[in-house]
Amino acid sequence: MTSPSRRSPLLKGQHLLAVDDISPLEINALLDLAETYVSEGNGPQRNPILQGQTQVNLFFEASTRTQSSFEIAGKRLGADVMNMAMSSSAISKGETVLDTAMTINAMRPNFLVVRHQSSGAVELLAQKVSCSVINAGDGQHEHPTQALLDALTIRRRKGSIEGLTVAICGDVLHSRVARSNIHMLNKLGARVRVVAPSTLLPTGIANFGVEVHRNMRDGLEGADVVMMLRLQLERMSGAFVPSQREYYRFYGLNEEKLRYAKPDALVMHPGPMNRGIEIDSNVADGAQSVIREQVEMGVAVRMAVLDALSRNWLGAKS
Amino acid sequence: MMSPAVKQSAQRKAYLNANIIAPAQGLNGRGGILIEDGWILAVGPKVTKESIGAGTASFDCAGATLIPGLIDMRVFTGEPGTEYRETLATASEAAAAGGVTTMIVMPNTQPVIDDAAIVDFILRRARDTALVRVAPMAAITKGLAGELMSEIGGLKEAGAVAVTDGTHAVANANLFRRALTYAKDFDMLVVQHVEEPSLSKGVMNLSESASRLGLAGNPSMSEVIMLERDIRLVEMTGARYHASQISCAASLEVIRGAKAKGLPVTCGVSIHHLTLNENDIGAYRTFFKLSPPLRTEDDRRALVAGVADGTIDVIVSSHDPQSADTKRLPFAEAAFGAIGLETMLSAALGLYHNENIPLGRLVEVLSSKPAEILGLETGRLAPGAPADFALVDLNMNWTVEETQLCSRSKNSPQEDRTLEGRVIETVVAGRTVYAYAR
Repeated sequence: MTSPSRRSPLLKGQHLLAVDDISPLEINALLDLAETYVSEGNGPQRNPILQGQTQVNLFFEASTRTQSSFEIAGKRLGADVMNMAMSSSAISKGETVLDTAMTINAMRPNFLVVRHQSSGAVELLAQKVSCSVINAGDGQHEHPTQALLDALTIRRRKGSIEGLTVAICGDVLHSRVARSNIHMLNKLGARVRVVAPSTLLPTGIANFGVEVHRNMRDGLEGADVVMMLRLQLERMSGAFVPSQREYYRFYGLNEEKLRYAKPDALVMHPGPMNRGIEIDSNVADGAQSVIREQVEMGVAVRMAVLDALSRNWLGAKS
Repeated sequence: MMSPAVKQSAQRKAYLNANIIAPAQGLNGRGGILIEDGWILAVGPKVTKESIGAGTASFDCAGATLIPGLIDMRVFTGEPGTEYRETLATASEAAAAGGVTTMIVMPNTQPVIDDAAIVDFILRRARDTALVRVAPMAAITKGLAGELMSEIGGLKEAGAVAVTDGTHAVANANLFRRALTYAKDFDMLVVQHVEEPSLSKGVMNLSESASRLGLAGNPSMSEVIMLERDIRLVEMTGARYHASQISCAASLEVIRGAKAKGLPVTCGVSIHHLTLNENDIGAYRTFFKLSPPLRTEDDRRALVAGVADGTIDVIVSSHDPQSADTKRLPFAEAAFGAIGLETMLSAALGLYHNENIPLGRLVEVLSSKPAEILGLETGRLAPGAPADFALVDLNMNWTVEETQLCSRSKNSPQEDRTLEGRVIETVVAGRTVYAYAR
């Protein structure tokens, strides 16, 4: 049986849309809960708390790892999970996001896990449905479960996040992962740096509570964590940076640049990686890399989020 | 030329005991107005119950403010082509409710107003269906494509009051130079949407707010660069040029410089940019997605000061009806534009109440100055002028409610706001086209 403490409410809201919306208290509670799933081996649950619940993964933008991570998380908790790849579905027939959302809502799922290419689209959709919505990435805005899994990975390796120096490197401008992580790490008391050429930095980034660096030597100096971001190939051919070769030379993480960071610094990447462009294989697969661990933590964190959100409406029913 | 208001009132009628504000005619205070056959016979302090004679119908304004009817230089409708958004008729109802007696409609229709026959269509449709006067601006370039000049001379003869590509900037400098040169021969006003397209791929102001929302931004320099380029071309050609809407403090400097040189340059600002800023977008509210985008509070304040000091010549509603289909979308995918005909005057009165813009100055920028720029006979309260005016209760509070709006589309950024001051009666050609139901 579930103990009352384990099933007590963790999140104030009905949805998980943005790290910016949740408190450090809520974040820590989610991370603690995720930790219990990790220690239970992250596997199928003896007590499938979401049995009979329906989770719909609504991905308007293609995704492999996030979608499968959410699918596995839901299944391990006993939920019935359905995947809808919207790029090949109704949207291409001209249906709007809201129509699609309301259609699916009418089938009464318990969770909608949504990814969309437009910033704010998931929030828009959440206003119109009665189930719990989890943002699996909206445009260049937020990707809260990625930030949670990154935080969990760091916390498990370093004990605590408070006081750590974290360098987020690469295409901050277009990255929802960077935005969510900046909010997350600030809320948990880390010192956050961003390292990128100015063409890949958002306007006003200095007001996000970060130190801004334009070269890897200064940016990585003494860092406890080096978090690399994916640079989309189409942005490397002259539009934002002159070439892949030049980007790798100045911003690609190799063993030499990694030496600027602390000797025990963690190397992270949200994936998928461009090996040999933003990160060298030696580093990606090296001793300091926790990239595979991030993927593992992803499942635990998403189980925790589904669990936490389900408590709100299960609590309301009883 | 404007669509004639065919439904003129033949009756002789007087509005007495009003607070008349028409600075261009030196009117500022208690008085009356006597009208007949759609024209003004007399106006001023001498028009009283005694002076008009016993047989004349009269209305006691009880101290309400009487101003020349508003002339709105930037109105979009969906007629022809997208009538589900707005027709000339529904837009004119919104205009009447807002004290606007002349709408200048933009050529961004389907088909585009780039041909004399379409100008004629607009004027006829307006004559047959609209409550207020209507005059179109025609396209500078055929199909608004920015490639070939439209028939500017023929469009003017047909009744277009200016040329503009509306929501598009004419980006090609050489084409724009030729259009200015050619338009000058016909004394045609050229109106530009000042935005350098290659710098304007975003959906809101380029700022920290945009970064936080994860939205692509347009820098205000996109506007300034286009404005500076255009003013050099005006210097070359001597054509009359009007920047449709400016949105930032830096543009004011450019306009001041052009005016100091004596160039034939004027500019407008939308009521939205005078009363709202980028923070109003909040959590992706698409009714605040405008082009040019809402900028910072500092920009807004500078624009208000620009209205007060005469740098800005006109205020427009930039009325752009959009349906739920084009607005209830993720922010980046939603259409630009907001409606404003009905709320422009009330929102502008907020500047009088709270930001020290004199009432007379508001009348100038909303009525007499646009008339002067466009060469219209309206926009003044004088014997022999068309009887187009609005009666306003300066202090009446009212809340903007979606269900009460006349416009066929409801994308008002003023929704749920309480405004101070509202139109109680609107008169076009002597005929009452709107009366507030108390």
